[in-house]
Amino acid sequence: MKLKKGIPLIDQHDQHGFWGGKFGGNFIPETLKKPVEDLTNKFRKLRKDKRFLKKRDFYFKNYIGTPTSFVKLDNLTNHLGGAQIWAKVVSEANGGAHKIYNATVHALICKAMGKKYIIGDTGAGYAGKMLSMAAKKFGLKCKIFMGAKDIKRQKPNCDAMRKNGAEIVPVYSGSQTLVDAVSECMRYWVSNCDNAHMCVGSTVGPNIFVKICGWSTAQISRELKIQLVSQFKKIPKKVKLINCVGGGSSAYGFWSEFIDYDKRQIELIGVEAGGPKNSKLHAAPLSRNAKIGILHGAASYLCQNSEGQINDTESISAGLDYPGVSPIHCFLKDTKRARYTYATDEEALNAHVMVTKYENLNPSLEPSHAFAEAIKIAPKLSKDTIIICNSCGDATKDRDILRERLGK
Amino acid sequence: MNSLINQAFQNAKKENRPALLTYTVAGDNTKKKSLEILKSISNYSDICELGFPHNTPIADGGQIQTSAYRAIKNGIKINDVFSIVKNFKKSKKTKPVILMGYYNMIFQYNENKFLDKCKNVKVDGLIVVDLPYPENKKFASKCKKRGLNFIQLVSPTTSSLRLKNIIKDSHDMIYYISMLSTTGGKLKVSPKKILKEYKKIKDQNKSKNVVIGFGITEKTIKSLKKADGLVVGSVICKEITNSIKKRQNTVINVTNIVRKLKNEIK
Repeated sequence: MKLKKGIPLIDQHDQHGFWGGKFGGNFIPETLKKPVEDLTNKFRKLRKDKRFLKKRDFYFKNYIGTPTSFVKLDNLTNHLGGAQIWAKVVSEANGGAHKIYNATVHALICKAMGKKYIIGDTGAGYAGKMLSMAAKKFGLKCKIFMGAKDIKRQKPNCDAMRKNGAEIVPVYSGSQTLVDAVSECMRYWVSNCDNAHMCVGSTVGPNIFVKICGWSTAQISRELKIQLVSQFKKIPKKVKLINCVGGGSSAYGFWSEFIDYDKRQIELIGVEAGGPKNSKLHAAPLSRNAKIGILHGAASYLCQNSEGQINDTESISAGLDYPGVSPIHCFLKDTKRARYTYATDEEALNAHVMVTKYENLNPSLEPSHAFAEAIKIAPKLSKDTIIICNSCGDATKDRDILRERLGK
Repeated sequence: MNSLINQAFQNAKKENRPALLTYTVAGDNTKKKSLEILKSISNYSDICELGFPHNTPIADGGQIQTSAYRAIKNGIKINDVFSIVKNFKKSKKTKPVILMGYYNMIFQYNENKFLDKCKNVKVDGLIVVDLPYPENKKFASKCKKRGLNFIQLVSPTTSSLRLKNIIKDSHDMIYYISMLSTTGGKLKVSPKKILKEYKKIKDQNKSKNVVIGFGITEKTIKSLKKADGLVVGSVICKEITNSIKKRQNTVINVTNIVRKLKNEIK
């Protein structure tokens, strides 16, 4: 298994849609074959269409508000004493998280395909909120599938979705979290694929959805590359790019421009959700050595039992609370280009507390997992090492959880 | 050699009616009960589809999901599914059994081991919901080698070129999904239109047995009786749920439903 240079990772799959011969693919019911094929053909054309690219760039700039800033966290760096800690503040994007890139692109594709309905899944509620925003912006009807448990714990984002005119469909089956929301969204698409367009909220699902999402979030690393050069005059010698990984869309977007670099120069570190310290449950299939399995149309490392039933997951962060992971991250793991680890709920909470104490930054519980790893390794590293965390979401949505856990 | 599946269709044809295919979930609501139900309904059903339940069934509607969760909760394992088939075949030697489920369970069990086991307990055919053509080519030929029927699915969204290729690669039976829906949806397409699509498939190769499934109930079954076979699943699962709720005998109630369905197409 080998990575190719000079080709975006999203395009390094074989004719059946597998990365590294075994991750990804299209494990879908017959009914979805045609809509998936139509979408694949459309996307292939659109990504080469200059007018479409111009449109994308226009909305990225004027609607999403790119570029997001790249800042040094001086106080945190001084406090930890070691590597420099920087943040790419993706949460500045319209709506407060990276999910807006994928949502905007899907809304543009939906328009281009002449469909009037857009549907999507959501865990933390960011994917849903952003899709509802984009739908409103582009005049599309929108339905969001969300686990009943998540609706309760991420209320601010639900309020936003409703305000944008989207219908939230609560999902009561299974664990009532993201995994069930994605299943229910796919079921709805099976029944309505003739007039609805489906947006998968992360770099997961059948091959084409991994590609579209990765293509959208790649904007993050395009910006970062320019910002690094303007800050340091060239790409520094020792860089560590730390990102949380649930499905893996922000991590891929944060890394995509840097995958061709030698890992001794730019190390890629993915941080999964380790769950509560004393619980056996987690949402960390990569770092806790889960076996390969098939979920939502794709093969990936997967939290499952020996029979192939999907395991319950547990994490304080709804956005990372997913038993599978992007096939492209499985590929990056097996080729050893990226390193994956996990942070527990408690470590993420502590990181959130520390970052907000020292910096004018309010990372949500998802990127707090990335900060937890940064805090862990920074003191041991030299001062010329540049750690960059993707602060990919804002903690406004975590208001209730933070209040409950921290008494804030 | 003429497969039991083929024979079942031939027998129905002799009686000038479509074959009745029933779907139940193995282990719903217990291992023992599901075997009893299977034995009892097979007096009326021509081919028995038996689902091996998965907890993330992306193509199933509420009724079958409920049955699947119930069976898993009661501890059903893949090996139990095989033992149900084995026991069933002891008394019902000529009744064809088709296992139906999602690919991850086969993948975790190990493809070859799974198929050997199927052959061993005399499973007649397999439907794998999320292993579409052409990705299923290798799997289908492995089935064939072991004398197992791999059943291809065709849907209203299947293009004509694709249809041609799928039929070319199919074995004795083809499953036509009546409409864009998960299982158990309300029939939202007219029977006339469904039969028109059905005929398109049939015209490609008359020797293939084509069954229609999804949205078939006591009310709709008669209108589709021109087909080679008709599949009923959600209605049965729903009856199990209702019988449990009312604390009634699931075996008797489900058998009554299947008998009624059979009478509709006689």
